[in-house]
Amino acid sequence: MAQIKYHILVCGGTGCRASQSEDILKNFQELIIDKGLGTEVQVVKTGCFGFCEKGPIVKMMPDNTFYTKVSPADCEEILNEHIIKGRKVTRLLYTDPETKEQVSDSKHMEFYKKQIRIALRNCGFINPENIEEYIGRDGYQALGKVLTELTPDATIDIIKKSGLRGRGGGGFPTGLKWEITRKVKADQKYVICNADEGDPGAFMDRSVLEGDPHSVLEAMAINGYCTGASKGLVYIRAEYPLAVERLKIAMRQAREFGLLGQNIMGTGFNFDVEIRYGAGAFVCGEETALIHSMEGKRGEPTVKPPFPSESGYLGKPSNVNNVETYANIPVIIIKGAEWFSAIGTEKSKGTKVFALAGKINNVGLIEVPMGITLREVIYEIGGGIKNDKKFKAVQTGGPSGGMLTEKHLDTPIDYDNLIAAGSMMGSGGMIVMDEDDCMVSMAKFYLQFTVEESCGKCSPCRIGNKRLFEILEKVTKGQGTLEDLDKLKNLSNVIKDTSLCGLGQTSPNPVLSSLMNFPDEYNEHVVSKKCRAGSCKSLMQYIIDPDNCIGCTLCARNCPVNAISGERKQPHIIDQEKCIKCGACMEKCKFNAIHIN
Amino acid sequence: MAKVKLSEKKLAELKEVCKFFNNEKGELINVLHRAQGIFGYLPAELQEVIAKELNISVAQVYGVVTFYSFFTMTPKGEHPISICLGTACYVRGSEKVLEEVKRTLKIQVGDTTPDGKFSLSCLRCVGACGLAPVMMVGDKVYGRVAPDGVKDIIAEYNN
Amino acid sequence: MEMVTLTIDGKHVEVEKDTTILKAAKTVGIDIPTLCYFELKDMNIENRPGGCRVCVVEVKGRRNLAPACTTTVTPGMEVNTHSIRVLNARRTVLELILSDHPAECLTCAKSGNCELQSLAQQLGVRDIPFQGAQSTYRKDTSPAIIRDVDKCIMCRRCEMMCNEVQTVGALSAVNRGFMAVVAPAFEMNLEKSPCTYCGQCVSVCPTGALTEVDHSRNVINSLADPTKTVVVQTAPAVRAALGEEFGLEPGTLVTGKMVAALRRLGFDYVFDTDFAADLTIMEEGSELLDRLTRYLKGDKKVKLPILTSCCPGWVNFFEHNFPEMLDIPSTAKSPQQMFGPIAKEYFGKKLGIDRKNMVVVSIMPCIAKKYECQREEFKVDGDPDVNFSLSTRELAHLIKQANIDFNALPEEDFDNPLGESTGAAVIFGNTGGVIEAACRTAYELYTGKKLKNVEFKELRGMENIRHATIDFDGLPINIGIAHGLGNARKLLEDIRDGKSHFHAIEIMACPGGCIGGGGQPYHHGNSEILKKRAAAIYREDAGKPIRKSHENPFIIELYKEFLEKPLGEKSHHLLHTHYFDKSAGIFVDE
Repeated sequence: MAQIKYHILVCGGTGCRASQSEDILKNFQELIIDKGLGTEVQVVKTGCFGFCEKGPIVKMMPDNTFYTKVSPADCEEILNEHIIKGRKVTRLLYTDPETKEQVSDSKHMEFYKKQIRIALRNCGFINPENIEEYIGRDGYQALGKVLTELTPDATIDIIKKSGLRGRGGGGFPTGLKWEITRKVKADQKYVICNADEGDPGAFMDRSVLEGDPHSVLEAMAINGYCTGASKGLVYIRAEYPLAVERLKIAMRQAREFGLLGQNIMGTGFNFDVEIRYGAGAFVCGEETALIHSMEGKRGEPTVKPPFPSESGYLGKPSNVNNVETYANIPVIIIKGAEWFSAIGTEKSKGTKVFALAGKINNVGLIEVPMGITLREVIYEIGGGIKNDKKFKAVQTGGPSGGMLTEKHLDTPIDYDNLIAAGSMMGSGGMIVMDEDDCMVSMAKFYLQFTVEESCGKCSPCRIGNKRLFEILEKVTKGQGTLEDLDKLKNLSNVIKDTSLCGLGQTSPNPVLSSLMNFPDEYNEHVVSKKCRAGSCKSLMQYIIDPDNCIGCTLCARNCPVNAISGERKQPHIIDQEKCIKCGACMEKCKFNAIHIN
Repeated sequence: MAKVKLSEKKLAELKEVCKFFNNEKGELINVLHRAQGIFGYLPAELQEVIAKELNISVAQVYGVVTFYSFFTMTPKGEHPISICLGTACYVRGSEKVLEEVKRTLKIQVGDTTPDGKFSLSCLRCVGACGLAPVMMVGDKVYGRVAPDGVKDIIAEYNN
Repeated sequence: MEMVTLTIDGKHVEVEKDTTILKAAKTVGIDIPTLCYFELKDMNIENRPGGCRVCVVEVKGRRNLAPACTTTVTPGMEVNTHSIRVLNARRTVLELILSDHPAECLTCAKSGNCELQSLAQQLGVRDIPFQGAQSTYRKDTSPAIIRDVDKCIMCRRCEMMCNEVQTVGALSAVNRGFMAVVAPAFEMNLEKSPCTYCGQCVSVCPTGALTEVDHSRNVINSLADPTKTVVVQTAPAVRAALGEEFGLEPGTLVTGKMVAALRRLGFDYVFDTDFAADLTIMEEGSELLDRLTRYLKGDKKVKLPILTSCCPGWVNFFEHNFPEMLDIPSTAKSPQQMFGPIAKEYFGKKLGIDRKNMVVVSIMPCIAKKYECQREEFKVDGDPDVNFSLSTRELAHLIKQANIDFNALPEEDFDNPLGESTGAAVIFGNTGGVIEAACRTAYELYTGKKLKNVEFKELRGMENIRHATIDFDGLPINIGIAHGLGNARKLLEDIRDGKSHFHAIEIMACPGGCIGGGGQPYHHGNSEILKKRAAAIYREDAGKPIRKSHENPFIIELYKEFLEKPLGEKSHHLLHTHYFDKSAGIFVDE
């Protein structure tokens, strides 16, 4: 076989696939054959590179050239120029917005500079559908080491010493969880992987499973060895077809290689994995609800204790960790607890993957060391706020988290600091908001989500969140009172204090944090009936400036509800009672005479 | 209520699925996923068949079907449209896109057009936040959708 | 047993390991309010989803409040059940529940017995600070039960009863979040579900979401109609519970006062279902002996065990769930339905009253009886043998409406001939009673010998499934007893699988038998009340001069004058029935 000289890595993550990366892949494959390059060039479909904003991404190896916003039509040029003539296609290179220089190696891009990739170490480097590539990057070495050199207790000890905490949101020490499951005596135990990522605007787990499914399988097997379980279950959203597909391929290949199934690596250790599908219920991210769902029931949580480690799936001890937590395990085993615990802060070790999105220039999937500040994430990695707008808030932890402001920008990100600031780590959603976002509306948006996703089992969550939402709606409509703001606060506190599971115990966080950090905005809504972001429709007024209006009648003719009247060549007036705030008049006006009050 | 006839062929397929899962009641959700795959939706009579096959009460099956948003009791349109209302899409204006789709198709979320061509639903994050706001028609993802662009997207399927 | 010490509201408490805070507090006289929590002690019935969050308490060192009903004690725990934080949270939670509950107390069937209402009173709620949408649903009226689900607070007690205890599976939690509610499949009417109308959901519902269909107005109208002769029959278990509605100690027998009250309400004849119970024993006992003798003679076609058929909830249950076994239960009608034709076809004819002009009313501890009396096979030309069935609770309401001072009433006797009964009949009200009564008669008829002791103590008790072997003079008869339909299901499945060794089985749908029926005064989860009712029933039996059905002189006369002999032609026509396959689904019948 001839030597492969070039690898073309094409991003196969969901974001890039949505911008035709499949066609790019196909074009490359066809063109390589057409051009007779089949012996020296290989095309690899990888998982997410992270820099979704600039997708589809194509990376050329071995010289690390990072092409952005590639279209299927660009393939021929890339082959002709880059491979055949050895010249970079400069128009597809990334341009640094500050220096205006072109950067070809992703290492030198601001977006990647401060990232440390542990959980995402293989995403964007290997073909997730080929186990050999995973093995080629030390895959399954950790499992081998554990099975042949370490006792379960010694392995758990490494995880404990590493300081790894659950990446699903709660932050429970992973090693301790494993130890509890190990200590419970039972004829059957289960290893469960929580891949029911439900936080709206987060896609970390999905990207890991799409880009590096073997790391999760390997970690689950290691957990099985440690806890004494022979069966693993991945609970994954049915809405993630690509992740499911790749996971299935990975499971098949691992079995073929004797890395799952009976007598793994000839050590007598048996372990296999099955897939269970979620069916669209955010609450199933809570571990007891997840387990009920896997048992074919309504995904309602139950009171803890007993914890799943004691009595979980089918009443048997079950170790539940999320995808990102597992993805960290093999590296920790190989590189050691000291290496891992050297990264991060005192109580939060290692890295955290965030789905950075919202009003930010570089939307994407990032992995940063614990202790990095929000400022570094937003302004260096994220490239600042889109369209040069003013930063207003950043929401971490999705619907369970809080809105952090300017004053939190220099707080090092870790589990405890985020909680102290009124938010939480959550599973890793990070949404940036600018001056056009109304904080009351954002709180309402999250509450609407909670109301839709509450399972309905306990009254504070079932009814309380609905009432919170209704009060917020009143406020955004300009019908709120100062008393309503007190109600919001008291009700929020009671819901947190009395709800059955983590969903209700955190659902008021967006309300409380926005009330705390943006009291003026709330007051404006209820006292002066104003929304400074201009996003609450009911509080907006379209006004015609008589000085600028020349009476052309264009606005009146375009108003769908005939709310505008006036004589020809005379300034017009908008009837506020009739106006539905569609904005058509302002759009049509050629004289800048209409503005929002 | 009229008894809706289920296709015999599909029913046989469903029973095979149940058998594949050993008619085990714990496999209810797996069975429902496959059943929705076969029939496109989960009408009441189908839930009754599943209850019988798995030896559980129909009420319990219905309780599970109505708990999970992925399961539907109304048939989806030929081209199911989903609007992402994840936070990333929301802050980039996906609500306006949704309004536009509703206006264009004259249906509400959860409905299907009278001709059976389109149905409308919302979802939370497809993992393409870089392209926000995002809408999907069938399996195809449309990124950076502006309300103005909705008409053209729908037109692609309307002939 | 390992003990744990802790403090609750500053009081030192020592309890067994794994005790909940709720129960630990009770031991030192602290009653933490609850709502969804429900327990029938010693009967294996418990509901503690931890859903309502009314019972939250403060535990030192814990981040959030703890539900007392599901949190177990730990050594050194410091619990505060009424701190400001707890009181504020508890009240807010209650206000939230009330904000999604129709404020219809004045007209609600449950008013005065509603646990939500008492809680609101206890916590002194005077206004509801939260306004907003209410979750509303369609009201559903079945032949026996009314579902007014707007009043459902998702305590899940009915769901637990229907699924875990009764294994009927008519109800499930459906939908999610604010619209989550307990309902039958597809939120259709209960009538289309496999509901047996056992009424256990009604007996545990804390609010007015589940109540019985009220027939008292029909009864009042009949009483006011001069062309009608209105006859009433009262079931055994009613006399052991009715007093509770008038503030009497549970377990007080009020047979005589009940008769006096019924007479004052204007019933023309006050008869006793116990009379019909004696009749049931004659028919069912004879059927048992008949099957047994044929079986012993080697008849391969005969089906054993024989199952009792007095309980209409149980009949509905096997019609829905065991259609392949419809030939196993006794064909004898229930006492209520035996009474009907005897009243109309025998007593009425004797007096020259046309059956259309006679109204038979039954007072029952039961809700399924309302359905039973409406079954088509129990009607003649559209005229039901039993016109209306009232629950014990409805009777109490009638008495109160009529301004009768129940407790001051004299003790009066039933009318004759359909008012005389034996001790065997009255124990029908307890689990195990029917089969004990049957044994008293069957033993003497089979062996031709007198029983030395009529009390078969081995058949009594509250265990879920009981079995005993009775010596019929050298012939061992294996008896099985189950109360609660979930327990019945187990025995039925054994029979289906050929594993049953019983000759006869008694089944009652309700835990405890009829004393725990769905139509009885609400026990609010106090199992002591059930035990006291059961004891009262056995007291009534012990006090009776005649304790064996076949010795009831009016029964003997009835056979002589009218029926001729048990299992005879007239009996077959008037006192026996047949069963129907009701297993077909709503949409799919295979």
